[in-house]
Amino acid sequence: MSQYFNEYLFVILFIALAVLLPLATIWIIGPMLRPSRPTRGKLETYESGVTPIGDSHVRYNARYYLFALLFVVFDVETLFLYPWAVSYHWLGKFGLVEALLFIIILAVGLGYAWRKKVLEWN
Amino acid sequence: MAWLWQWHNAGLSWLPFLGMVIGAIVVLLIGLGVVTYEIYFERKVLGWMQGRIGPNRVGPLGLFQSFADILKLLIKEDVVPEKADRSLFLLAPVIAFIPSFMVLAVIPFSRTHVFTANLSIGALYYLALSAITIHGVMLGGWASNNKYALIGGMRSAAQMLSYEIPLGLSLVGVVLMAGSLNLNDIVSAQRTWWFVIPQILGFLVFLVAATAELNRTPFDLPEAESELVAGYHVEYTGFRFAFFMLTEYLYLFAMAGLAATLFLGGWLGPWLPGWLWFAIKVAAFIFFQFWLRATMPRLRVDQLMSFSWKVLLPVALLNLVITAVVKAWV
Repeated sequence: MSQYFNEYLFVILFIALAVLLPLATIWIIGPMLRPSRPTRGKLETYESGVTPIGDSHVRYNARYYLFALLFVVFDVETLFLYPWAVSYHWLGKFGLVEALLFIIILAVGLGYAWRKKVLEWN
Repeated sequence: MAWLWQWHNAGLSWLPFLGMVIGAIVVLLIGLGVVTYEIYFERKVLGWMQGRIGPNRVGPLGLFQSFADILKLLIKEDVVPEKADRSLFLLAPVIAFIPSFMVLAVIPFSRTHVFTANLSIGALYYLALSAITIHGVMLGGWASNNKYALIGGMRSAAQMLSYEIPLGLSLVGVVLMAGSLNLNDIVSAQRTWWFVIPQILGFLVFLVAATAELNRTPFDLPEAESELVAGYHVEYTGFRFAFFMLTEYLYLFAMAGLAATLFLGGWLGPWLPGWLWFAIKVAAFIFFQFWLRATMPRLRVDQLMSFSWKVLLPVALLNLVITAVVKAWV
């Protein structure tokens, strides 16, 4: 029990350090060292030196929408395969058949997406 | 001095806690030091491969070049564009950075796993945290309110999502062979042979997917300078930009550590001490990434996406099935 606790306490220390480092450099030490002289031109959005046109917070065609859906399916598959892989040596041949069925069902899904041309980026 | 690294089984008291704090700070310093010299060596190696000298002005052989660069970034003005979404713009580099440092908490640097946690779900912890960085990158791209940054951020998200699946699946083969997600157990399971030999297919998938996850050439589309100027961090200046760079190079270090741990036997090796073997393997992986950058041209965005789904994913699944079938009968 104490080991379990200690390992995660160590991880929490890492979170604390990871928050402290940017806090110290960007928000505490940084402002003492760096100048701050904003001008109109400096605050303008960069568009290769040309006067920027319009806004970028627009409705945007997220091409990877379908990829994101596929990602969820296969990421969950991976997630189920991890515990299976850890306990594989005492699941034996039964575990092998079950996992094969699981993988085949998802492989059929991938084949379907492939045929429907979801995997093209155009 | 043993309390410094024997906090794993200690009861709750101040001395083991102090050991943990010192351990975490040492890992932070190691990480920052490695990143500083990764940048130096990347520039040197690229220079040599292109028949140039590389940085050679600051200090002997230019060894202090990266320190000079960091100092320069620290005293540069912090510009927040007028049209940007201010609070998200300020937060994005921090959101990207936090997980990149946290993944180092589980990498076993040496035999006695000094300074790092011995989590029973080490490999899963790494994958889960590294996925959070996508949010920082995408938020940074969106909050900049800049067209290049938006496209860079979107590309980066699509790419990292697509390549995370082959990366995760290539690890399942290793987990099957070791029967554990604990990185120290995985290293111990490689005493007879390194997993790169029985898992060669998984290693190749891992290598390609890791390069894509790190956004490095030939998969550096999110910051394709010839089309997107600098990608998601176009609008970032000074130390906020530095944190995006730090994230990128910390991941390079962490990914090299993960590759060494999972496939190259971690700290195992004859004659030399464990931490030195680990350092040699990490250095070899990092050098390989620099070498790729000097050699490979960039992929097109449509090739990039279909490669992950049509080649890497089926190969990773095949590797998984082969490993499971072989293990059931051997």
